[in-house]
Amino acid sequence: MATKPDLVMSDSQKGMTLIVKTVVRFAIGIIFMFGWYIIVYGHLTPGGGFAGGTILACGYVILTLAFGKDLALRKMSDMAASIVDNSCALLFVLIPIIGFAFGYFFLNFPPHGKPFHLVSAGLIPLYNIIIGLKVTSSLFAIFIALSIFGRFVSKLVEEAEEAEEEE
Amino acid sequence: MIDTFLFVLLIFMIVGSAIAIETKNMLSSVISCGVVGAAVSIAFLMLGAPDIAITQVVVEILILVILIRATITVDNTAIDAHWDTFAVVSSLIFFGLFLVFAFLAVQDLPRFGHPIMKVSQQYLETALQKTGAANVVSSVVLDFRGLDTLGEATVLFVSILGAFVILRRHGRKRRSEEDTEKVGILSEEEIREDYEEFRE
Repeated sequence: MATKPDLVMSDSQKGMTLIVKTVVRFAIGIIFMFGWYIIVYGHLTPGGGFAGGTILACGYVILTLAFGKDLALRKMSDMAASIVDNSCALLFVLIPIIGFAFGYFFLNFPPHGKPFHLVSAGLIPLYNIIIGLKVTSSLFAIFIALSIFGRFVSKLVEEAEEAEEEE
Repeated sequence: MIDTFLFVLLIFMIVGSAIAIETKNMLSSVISCGVVGAAVSIAFLMLGAPDIAITQVVVEILILVILIRATITVDNTAIDAHWDTFAVVSSLIFFGLFLVFAFLAVQDLPRFGHPIMKVSQQYLETALQKTGAANVVSSVVLDFRGLDTLGEATVLFVSILGAFVILRRHGRKRRSEEDTEKVGILSEEEIREDYEEFRE
C-alpha cells in the first residue's frame, strides 16, 4: 500500500478489509460477553478463570488483527496489560494470606451461601475473576510482545535495503 | 463405541503430529499442530471433561494465531537433513528401553475407566458441602489444590516477565546514556529517531 517508509495511514486503511471489520464489529460483543460468562459462572458450570480469560484475550487479538494495533492498544495498552497482570498476581497471593487470620493458607473463610446460586462458594468466584483478568492481560501482552515490539525498525531497514538494491 | 472413537482420534493425532514434524512448509506445520489440538479437545469431550476441552480449544486457537503471526514472515523452509548414525541408534535404544519399562509399569495401573479414587472420591463426595461450589473441578482447582494453582499462576507470570524482558525495544547493550530501556511500543517519532541513529 505504502510505497515509501511511511507509517502514517488513515484509520480506514489500517487492519483488514471492510468485510472482516463488519463481522468483527458484530461478533466482538458476543465474544466478550461469553468470556465474562465463563469466568463469572466458573464455580457453577464448566469453565473458569483460565478458559474465560483466554477467550477475552482472543477478543483483544481479533480487535488487533481486524482494526490494526492502534485501536486495540487504545482499549488495552501494553503498560496497562503489564500493570493488570502484576497486580492480579499480587492479589492472588495476598487474598490467601488473609486466610491465616482464620486458620490456614488458602482457607475459604467467607460464608458459602446457597449452592447453585451465583453468589456462593465463598472466595472461589473472586479467585476466578482474578485469574481471568491475569490471563487476559498476560496472553494479550504476549501477543503484543511477539507481533508488535521491534517490528517497525526492521521494516524500515528492509525497505531501505530494497531501495538501495534498486539503485 | 467410545473406545473405538478414541482409537480413531489417537491415530489421527499421531498422523497429524508426524505431518507437523516432517513437512517442510512452516505454515502447514503450524496448521497440523492446530489439527492435533482440535482432536485432543474432542477426545477430552468424549471422556467427559468439558472444562479441559473448553480450555484446550481456546488456548489452541490463540496459539495458532500467535504462531502464524510469528512464523509467517520467517522463511524457514530450507532444513537440510543429514544422517547421524549415533543419534539414530541411541534414540532407538532408549525408545526400546522406554517401551519395555512403560509396558511393565502400565500393567500395575488400574484399568481404563476403573480408577481407584482414594483421594478424589473424598473430593467428589464432600466438595459441595465443604466449598459450596457446584462445579467440582473449580472447587478442586481453587480450594483443595489452591497451592498448585498459585504455582501455575507464578509460572505464567514469570514467563510473561521473560517475554517482556527479551523482546524489549533495544538489544542487551546500551547504545547511549539516554537509553533507559523502556519496555513498550514506540511512537512514530521515536521509530524515526531510532532509524536515523541506526543508519548512522
